[in-house]
Amino acid sequence: MSRAEESQRRASARNGWLLSAPALVLLALAASGPLLIVFVYSFLEKGQYGNVIWDFSLDGWVGILFSRDIFDDTLKLADAHMTIFWRSVKLSLLTTFITFALGFPTAWFIATRPATQRAMWLFLITIPFWTNLLIRTFAIGEILRTEGLINTVLVKLGIISAPIQMLYNDGAVLVGMAYVYLPLMVLPLFSAIERFDMRLLEAGYDLYASRMQVLRHVILPIVKPGIVAGSILVFVPSLGAYVTPRILGGGKNMMIGNFIELQFGQGRNWPLGAALSMTLLVIVTVALLFYVRAINRGGTGGGHG
Amino acid sequence: MFVQSVFNKCGVFLDNQEAVSAESVVKSFGQGPAAVRALDDVSLTIRKGEFFTLLGPSGCGKTTLLRLIAGFEMPTSGTILLDGQDVTDLPPNHRPVNTVFQSYALFPHLSVRENIGFALKMLGRPNAEVEARTAAMLSLVKLDALADRATAQLSGGQQQRVALARALAPQPKVLLLDEPLSALDLKLRKEMQVELKRLQKETGITFVFVTHDQEEALTMSDRIGVMSSGKLQQVASPREIYTAPVNRFVADFIGETNFLPATSAPGGARLGSGAIVAAEGEGTVLTIRPEQVQVVGPDAPGTIPGTVENLVYFGTDMHVHLRLGDGATLVARMLLPPGGEAGLSTADTVGVTFTPGAARLIRE
Repeated sequence: MSRAEESQRRASARNGWLLSAPALVLLALAASGPLLIVFVYSFLEKGQYGNVIWDFSLDGWVGILFSRDIFDDTLKLADAHMTIFWRSVKLSLLTTFITFALGFPTAWFIATRPATQRAMWLFLITIPFWTNLLIRTFAIGEILRTEGLINTVLVKLGIISAPIQMLYNDGAVLVGMAYVYLPLMVLPLFSAIERFDMRLLEAGYDLYASRMQVLRHVILPIVKPGIVAGSILVFVPSLGAYVTPRILGGGKNMMIGNFIELQFGQGRNWPLGAALSMTLLVIVTVALLFYVRAINRGGTGGGHG
Repeated sequence: MFVQSVFNKCGVFLDNQEAVSAESVVKSFGQGPAAVRALDDVSLTIRKGEFFTLLGPSGCGKTTLLRLIAGFEMPTSGTILLDGQDVTDLPPNHRPVNTVFQSYALFPHLSVRENIGFALKMLGRPNAEVEARTAAMLSLVKLDALADRATAQLSGGQQQRVALARALAPQPKVLLLDEPLSALDLKLRKEMQVELKRLQKETGITFVFVTHDQEEALTMSDRIGVMSSGKLQQVASPREIYTAPVNRFVADFIGETNFLPATSAPGGARLGSGAIVAAEGEGTVLTIRPEQVQVVGPDAPGTIPGTVENLVYFGTDMHVHLRLGDGATLVARMLLPPGGEAGLSTADTVGVTFTPGAARLIRE
């Protein structure tokens, strides 16, 4: 490349940056601005009526793990908070796993239909998005509740004598979240599987791989980007889920999202709410880092043979 | 026929010389009246250690037959034996055959080395063996230097070699090759033809090669099976296929040839003009290759009179388009003298003769 060409290339790259600068600045502000406010609030003192007092305080951050005894003012580990964190992580992981277990066969099915039918199947997958999340969640509740569809049918059939309590527990939250987030798993999996060269299946069988071996050593490693994308799309919003645990989990089975809402509402503890929000962000980031690293390490097909 | 079949049956118990054997194989696609017979009662025996080519135009069923041997498709009826063993109902991963795919179908997430070692790894062979065989295969196809590359970084010819090494690594009883050279340019294709032949000799593995390229088939094969519309037309050595085709399809598909309407007569064949020429075989068509037709002077004894219709200069030779007295047309290929002058011109009256033993009567 000549000197003139080189400098011209640089100039056009510079122009590109300049042209996109306004959009980039706006995006940076929109993304980091609110986050910055939350970050600052987490280091302030809580006000009497749910506002903040502009004095530096670590109470918000301390409040994540500890609670102050109202009588003698001593700090002790807040078991309730721990339970909420653990439940959030556990339910989010389970949701990711369930949506993958259900979503993979679904995505495979759609991707292996004739090209003309695929659009129709994808369209069907997206239908739930047309209805408000709240309505859909209430509908799940309607199915699960004591006088709901499942219990009624089971009682009528004589399989059980009395209705089973299925609502307002972790199981109900799990069902709800898996239902809500399933399309988010199916769509990236579909796009990865659609790009998968089906002739590789024959190559795998031809080279003495059994069906399971073809799945493990050919299909999964190749559609891995879809699995990663789907898992992130499901896991991240699951961790911060608010509506589903609120409606299907009842008041007791809170997740981090509900807990944060509580601090900004009835709890009137904005600094704690802000600190919790930052904690959620950290948990998500750390979880993703671990996940991506684990996937990259385990995904080379079992090292060099 | 009976003797042959008894011999085959005994062969199973004695030293079996058949690598692949297809018996009355039928393969239909679709149901009911719309069903298409891709293979229509095909019986075929492929010997151990031979380079066998299935040759035919696209849609003739050659790839279907290959896929049946590999196990990707199940026959509608008939049996397939590998090394004397009935494998008709076995899935591909339980058949001792490997395939080189037309698209190569290399695993994009694995390196060259991992691709080649794949089959042995799936078979659960110890790591040391996998490594040793992979190394041997890499040097067999001369790819040692590229062992740790991703397959997407390779050229078409290199990918082809990886596909070959990958399929040869588990030492299959039969190697199936589905038009493996069709994606390569002419020069590379010629190189790979030589390479394939070398690999086949070095490994001693039976090769079943599918192609629509007659030149490829003639130059590489020990035997050729010519297929058309789901049927095997002729199975023979390249020389026999070329010099003694059994019917018009085979004669037409392999090389260039002339067809003249004829009837069998004492001493050979009677042409439309009444002239009798020496010919072997039976049928209603006389076939003669252009290079076996000679154009001589009109007065030479024992020649068929004709006129020159057209002359096409090819550099090495000249194609002389001739019309005989009865209106039949044929082409003669004349080697040219150093000056390039054939000494003929359009509308000349000439005499036409055939090289003795070259003309054959064949079925329509």
